[in-house]
Amino acid sequence: MLGKEKLKEIAEQVLALSSADQTEVLIFGTDERLTRFAVNTIHQNVSETDVAVRVRSVFGKKTGVASGNDLSKDALRKVVESAETAAGFQQDNPDFHSLPGPQSVRGVDAYVEATAACTPEERARGVADICAMARENGLEAAGAFSTAVDEIMVANSLGVSAYHRGSVAHVVTVIMGDTGSGYASATAMDVSELDAEAVGRVAVDKALRSRNPTDIEPGAYTVILEEEAVADMLSSLGYMGFGALAVQEGRSFMNGRFGERITGDDITIWDDGHDLRGLALPFDFEGVPKQRVTLIEKGVAKAVVYDSFTAGREEGQVSTGHSLPAPNTSGPFTVNLFMGPGHATKEEMLASTERGIWVTRFHYTNTLHPVKTVLTGMTRDGTFLIENGEIARPLKNLRFTQSILDAFSGAEMLGAELKRVKAGWGGFATCAPAVKIREFQFTGTTEF
Amino acid sequence: MRELTDRALNLAQVQGATYGDMRIVRRETQSISVRNGVVQQLSLDGTQGFGVRVIVDGAWGFASSHLLTPAEVDRVMALAVTIAKASALAKTEDVDLGPPEVHVDVYRTPVELDPFTVPLNDKVSLLLEADEEARSVKGVAVARSGLTFIRENQTFASTEGSYIEQEIVESGLGLVAVAVSEGEVQQRSYPNSFGRHQGTAGYEFIQRWDLPGNARRMGEEAVALLSAPQCPGGVTTIILNGPQLALQVHESCGHPIELDRVFGTEAAFAGTSFLTPEKYGTFRYGSDLVNITADAVTPTGLGTYGYDDEGVPAQRTDIVKNGIFVGYLTSRETASQLRRIHPEAPARSNGSMRADGWSRIPIIRMTNVSLQSGEWTLDDLIADTDDGIYMITNKSWSIDDKRLNFQFGVELAYEIKNGKLGRMFKNATYTDITPRFWGNCDAICNADHWHVWGTPNCGKGQPGQTAHTGHGAAPARFRNVQVGVMK
Repeated sequence: MLGKEKLKEIAEQVLALSSADQTEVLIFGTDERLTRFAVNTIHQNVSETDVAVRVRSVFGKKTGVASGNDLSKDALRKVVESAETAAGFQQDNPDFHSLPGPQSVRGVDAYVEATAACTPEERARGVADICAMARENGLEAAGAFSTAVDEIMVANSLGVSAYHRGSVAHVVTVIMGDTGSGYASATAMDVSELDAEAVGRVAVDKALRSRNPTDIEPGAYTVILEEEAVADMLSSLGYMGFGALAVQEGRSFMNGRFGERITGDDITIWDDGHDLRGLALPFDFEGVPKQRVTLIEKGVAKAVVYDSFTAGREEGQVSTGHSLPAPNTSGPFTVNLFMGPGHATKEEMLASTERGIWVTRFHYTNTLHPVKTVLTGMTRDGTFLIENGEIARPLKNLRFTQSILDAFSGAEMLGAELKRVKAGWGGFATCAPAVKIREFQFTGTTEF
Repeated sequence: MRELTDRALNLAQVQGATYGDMRIVRRETQSISVRNGVVQQLSLDGTQGFGVRVIVDGAWGFASSHLLTPAEVDRVMALAVTIAKASALAKTEDVDLGPPEVHVDVYRTPVELDPFTVPLNDKVSLLLEADEEARSVKGVAVARSGLTFIRENQTFASTEGSYIEQEIVESGLGLVAVAVSEGEVQQRSYPNSFGRHQGTAGYEFIQRWDLPGNARRMGEEAVALLSAPQCPGGVTTIILNGPQLALQVHESCGHPIELDRVFGTEAAFAGTSFLTPEKYGTFRYGSDLVNITADAVTPTGLGTYGYDDEGVPAQRTDIVKNGIFVGYLTSRETASQLRRIHPEAPARSNGSMRADGWSRIPIIRMTNVSLQSGEWTLDDLIADTDDGIYMITNKSWSIDDKRLNFQFGVELAYEIKNGKLGRMFKNATYTDITPRFWGNCDAICNADHWHVWGTPNCGKGQPGQTAHTGHGAAPARFRNVQVGVMK
């Protein structure tokens, strides 16, 4: 961690080297440690330290980007020159107006020193607890225990200067027996809030209950989706069309449906970079403060997110603070998604279900049709048949092929608690409740 | 570099490491993309740093840093040793790397035209021309195209005495035309989907594929798909084109033969494998026609290099021979583990350990995992098919965590009736169980149709790593496949 003052100094150094009309410098610092285990032993234990400097140079309506991670003055000069060279080969982009100007950023305290100071020995002890529990039950544990500190500095020649640092600790495990497996995970800003043993206990319990799974015919079933499965669907919606570029190009499921009901009444989805229930990031990669954007409110399509480029294409629209790092060809993106909670416990959902399927999480989901929001994927690590309000028996995993919006239209109960679910890539998280859904389409089976 | 590697490796031994290696990596990436007539991205990215890997007390430690200074080498090596000692707290047995690997060598990707010397103007003009061609078709809402060039220089040194310098050059290109109507979005990509086709080669690779010359066809097919009928459901015969079959090989063969997955080290993330060790050498993976190899030596393959990131030479391995599963992708450590189960297995790694840059630890990755060609021409194969569907270029993929149940969607499909291509279908999908699917492979096209396709976006590992892999394939036919799951 170089800290705010050092990153600011680098940013000012870069801005001083620039001869462009406008210049933006984006600096990422990361210090990540990860202990990975499998077959009840640590097999990978790593540490990474990096600082990357990314420069966007603007000449009129031409922009170029270059980056590097050598912080020497000569190397920084070369990065600036490369960005300016790249801009020189551009053509005018008529939709580009300007880098954003300075705005007041409301900071969030998302950094915990204990996470930054966590040692390999502490992580190993957490891992050892999980492995011991698995071993005692004749099972095998796999997973990872990671801690990371990330810092970000955005500055530009118009006066933007924004800094944020955050910490995240994450424990995930899959406990495996001969015929079944169980999963659990936890994510916190403060590593001392993570209880690796408790995570292990949940996964061991699921693995024991998953032994000797049986077949079930594919078809439409009531499902209770635990939070990770719901978060997977929310993230997929983000890719399919919560960004303004997808709408502007006519390929979002939101196109032509603003103000219309697109899910059940109980569904409200928003993006909020300030909410510490997620992994907060108070400004985007252009330094624009993140607005809380309600995307779907009580089932009605309300809005999408913008960066400065897509906002500049619409009269009166401003960036909502959802830019990705330049050069961004994907458009603005929701990295802090939330689904509003309901009032039910998972036990109440279970008790109210005459016949259905309990899904712990999905695996390898992928979009089949973005406008119809059709997603496919497999269940994994704890799939159970529900009969008469109780878990009846474990099931072999199933493939689903299902429209997400249709699924959310069939939501019958929402969990009262939100779980912070860390994304597989990057320091982002989605916060989701468990959801009970009717007529969820399973289209295939597998052998385990 | 010698000074830094010597310093690191000496320090490793002084601090008690029984093995140590260091990789110093510099990577340059040039990316250009055009969207609807506008150059949207022109970026020049560089990253450099080093990673050290040690075995202390029989366990692994790895640490990395972007600072290439002697003081930082000392700090990072000491950290790696500390981490290894922590790993040893939860070990069940000592790491066994098998026989030593000692190589002093230099490898460079053969390049006819260095892509970094080609003027940026030429590259931008190529994309703008292709973009204009695609958008000249009425109904195309979005055209996106891009070029990517990568040069990675790596120095590898180990306490066993290896010192290997490599320069890998990659060139990639791609275009997608998107057509939109109310409630429908369709796309066509060239030469392959999901951004680009890529190989270890120079700018000659770009010139070969003639992006502008194929862009209009992509636009026309995307627009035609909007009004095409939905692919009907049922169990039928399918023929997959090369790019789709390449991804089929990647997902249903390439991943399950990664021996680290088999031994469970990816269990909590990417998953495990149905190709468990007792199947080695005896399991019927596919029909007699199915021959699959893994190699890091095919010219222009995206999985081609001189040495892997453990310093093991590139080589070729049989994976499936006449339908029988006979080989895994291995590392030094997993090759030793496999040999304890199967004494007839090779003692040495087949050189499949690769890391995503300097900051990541090497893990087993695909090289060029390829389905070998058969004897058919594509015309003859279609003429020989009474009733089926020809499926072209991937749009969606999903497979379970043991790599058995898969479902793929393709961009474009054609009905085959009485040996002729008929109606175009949209939103075609197919699904099956891996060994059953390959067991129903009854024809593969010949070497004239065979090409090694690049997959530059293979994700695996924690922290996440993106690998560049290659897959040779020619169109092939499969019987009794469930198609058209999506309504």
